[in-house]
Amino acid sequence: MLVDRVSQPPVIVLRDVVRQFAGTAAPAVAGISLAVAEGEILALLGPSGSGKTTVLRLIAGFERPDAGTVWIAGRQVAGGGVWVPAEARGVGMVFQDYALFPHLTVAENVAFGLHCVLAAERGPRTADVLRLVGMEAFASRYPHELSGGQQQRVALARALAPRPFAVLLDEPFSNLDADLRSQVRDEVRAILKATGTSAIFVTHDQEEALLLGDRVALLNQGTCEQVDTPEGIFHAPVTRFVAAFFGRADFLPAVVRSDGLETEAGFLPQRVAALNGHVEVLVRPDDVEIAPDPRGAGAVLDRLFVGAEVIYRVQLPSGRIVHARQPHTARLERGARVTVRLAPGHPLACFENGRAIAADGAVDAAVPVHSSA
Amino acid sequence: MNISDTEVSLAAGGAAVGRGSRVAGGVAGWALRLAGVVVVALLGLPIVTVLASLIAPTDGAWARLAALTLPQYVTNTVWLLLGIGAGVFIIGVGTAWLVTMHRFPGRGLCEWVLLLPLAVPAYLLAYTYADLLQFTGPVQSALRAWAGWRAGDYWFPEIRSLGGAIAVMTCVFYPYVYLLARAAFLEQSVSVLEVSRTLGVGPWQTFVRVALPLARPGIVAGLALALMEVLADFGTVKHFEVATFTTGIYLTWFGLGSPVGAAKLAAGLLMFVLAVVGLERAFRGRRRFHPTAVRAPQSGGFALVGARGVAALAACLLPPLLGFGVPGIVLLWLALRDGDPAPGATFVALAARSFGLAALAALASVVVAAAIAYGVRQARGPVTLLAARVATIGYALPGSLIAVGVLLPFGRIDNAVDAWARVTFDRSTGLLLSGTVVVLVLAYLVRFLAVSYNAVDAGLSRIRPSMDEAARTLGHGAGSTLMRVHAPMMSGSLLAAGLLVFVDTLKELPATLILRPFNFDTLAIRVYQLASDERLAQASTAALVIVAVGLAPVIILSRAMVRVRPGAGRVNGL
Repeated sequence: MLVDRVSQPPVIVLRDVVRQFAGTAAPAVAGISLAVAEGEILALLGPSGSGKTTVLRLIAGFERPDAGTVWIAGRQVAGGGVWVPAEARGVGMVFQDYALFPHLTVAENVAFGLHCVLAAERGPRTADVLRLVGMEAFASRYPHELSGGQQQRVALARALAPRPFAVLLDEPFSNLDADLRSQVRDEVRAILKATGTSAIFVTHDQEEALLLGDRVALLNQGTCEQVDTPEGIFHAPVTRFVAAFFGRADFLPAVVRSDGLETEAGFLPQRVAALNGHVEVLVRPDDVEIAPDPRGAGAVLDRLFVGAEVIYRVQLPSGRIVHARQPHTARLERGARVTVRLAPGHPLACFENGRAIAADGAVDAAVPVHSSA
Repeated sequence: MNISDTEVSLAAGGAAVGRGSRVAGGVAGWALRLAGVVVVALLGLPIVTVLASLIAPTDGAWARLAALTLPQYVTNTVWLLLGIGAGVFIIGVGTAWLVTMHRFPGRGLCEWVLLLPLAVPAYLLAYTYADLLQFTGPVQSALRAWAGWRAGDYWFPEIRSLGGAIAVMTCVFYPYVYLLARAAFLEQSVSVLEVSRTLGVGPWQTFVRVALPLARPGIVAGLALALMEVLADFGTVKHFEVATFTTGIYLTWFGLGSPVGAAKLAAGLLMFVLAVVGLERAFRGRRRFHPTAVRAPQSGGFALVGARGVAALAACLLPPLLGFGVPGIVLLWLALRDGDPAPGATFVALAARSFGLAALAALASVVVAAAIAYGVRQARGPVTLLAARVATIGYALPGSLIAVGVLLPFGRIDNAVDAWARVTFDRSTGLLLSGTVVVLVLAYLVRFLAVSYNAVDAGLSRIRPSMDEAARTLGHGAGSTLMRVHAPMMSGSLLAAGLLVFVDTLKELPATLILRPFNFDTLAIRVYQLASDERLAQASTAALVIVAVGLAPVIILSRAMVRVRPGAGRVNGL
């Protein structure tokens, strides 16, 4: 399905890949199909245990799929009786712990994958890659003499040196301090884009996935919930799981009428084609308006100060909670009564049995779904 | 595809198989599993032999003797364990507490000087103190000359006694407790102790109520190691004429010519070993040693000034003085004054033979240890995991027990081969294996495999699985990864493992004594024979060589302690 969406020939293709570990009931990977285009960065996002690292290891050649096939640069490398070992796949990998060889210098680490390159070209190639990551001054240092961010860059240089078809990054920023992380993240993206390298990286941090990925694949319990651009996956979630995963999400039950949706927090003039008369509406804090009113139906439970604005936790008469974003100038105390009104300015995503229902025409989709980069 | 199916089913049988477990395929995987089977068989052999002997019939003479001597063995062994256990606990924990939690002049020196007795085999200490303190020895002679006494005029403690054996072995075995207690104290967060102080508990009460219970797993492990050495000791108790299982085994084998009787005694000894191991397991609880990141009281510590500082220094210097300084000086003096009467060339040949044997044992145990460690890593499964567990129990088995347990089955094999050859070829093959160096090296392998395995395993654990995988994604196959990543990273650990086994083999006495080929002398044997004849002055040269070589691992250990001062790292193989 995804294969069709990318215009260039994909570098990495997974077709219905299954991986079942011995002694576990559910497969770690339960039929995943993915494609990564030339020069594209795909973020594999998901909660722990969702199978994202296993997908990476299936591509790298550290795990054998129990079913399905894996293709790299047009060549089948796993499945259907084919097995190409990791060392012959031509993919680079950056490990969570960097896995730099402690007995080799930075330059020797980078040159480690260049054993098939002519000896005369090894030195220049190593220097080039080190310059690319800004580590040329550290060529003769040993890994333990480097900071975490520097080790990360050496690990990336080492993976890039043999000019792999693609680079796989396993939670590459999780070992870095928060302030260093955002800096290294930008650098890594710039380097990957400058070299036109296709990449797949695994993360459990949604912000990281949205910032870094050209596309984001959200995994859940070994299956792929949605693969889309960051905007698409954030604003047009296809399942309730995806909607709940990104940002602060509340769900309000709604009764479907011919002209729109009736919710506890007001009427929404958007038509949906629901099978029965009830749906769940995804409500984000910026879709909710509150106003102080002594006779209002909502009660402020909590006030969360997040810098430029304030998020109020508001309880509705039914006991349900919604979150409302307000400028920090307006100040409501805990216990204050408020009126609650849905004012999204765009159709809200609706879910029936956990799956999204397409909006039925009253308003066009406010956010266009981009085709992939 | 077939191979991979087999692998999966094998892997499924093992523990903790899941993501990240790599199952080696093909020849390498099967070779590693085969090595595992060999190790299990090899280490299981002496234990099974010894236990099987319990149901074997013996002649009446032995049974009558056993009825007389066995109670004596048990009583002596219990007293040795209790006495030495208490001694090493007080000295080991006390000195460890002083050097880790206090500041006094000379503390840095004490930290490593306290380890020195590890270089001296217990029997050497026994020989020197017996020589020093016996009636005709220099101490009593000087005392008589000074006071004008004669024999019978005064009381002097008899060194050749149960008490003497307890004193001597306490002086050499306390470093085991010291080492592990020290690591355990260093591992404790200072803040835990400070919390106790802020809650109004004094320093002494804090030690008893907080530090000691926290360090218990380490202390008990050290105590267990010391007590295993006590059970394994042959040289000291033989020289001091304290009848125990090890002397009984030797006497029954060579004096009575009853191998089965000796094996039965070995089974009795095994019960004590199992009791000590069980005690350690029970007290250690679920904790393991993790000398991890440590917040040691580097600058802090309780300052001991003036007389208290001097007292602390004296308390820390006395044990190594008794366990290393005195015997070292006596042996050196004797060696310079008299020395080995054998011509230089003969002595060099003896030393060379000893070193060669030790090198052979070291090589064998490093190769086998590497095979097991790689088996667990690359071909994890029931066989390799069992091999790893079995590999580490050999160190608890006394040398005499292993000797009996190895020699009995090999003797039977030799006899069977000989009988078959006589029938088939009308020729006698004689004894092919027993009575050769092969059996001796096998016994060393069983005894010291745990030492080399721990060192090799520690080295291998530094090569994280992701490093293998990084090499693979960079285009290197298994062989190339082994040569370019593992070999350079492992060489230090393999050398250390070999060195530890080399030194232990050089010091080993009881198994060598029982298993050595006819007229095959080593340094340890020469010391034993000369010292038994009250010719310590002549034995001093060989003894000094043993101590000098024994210093090597102690130096390495103390350097590692200083380098990574907090945590003080591993105590593997000690």
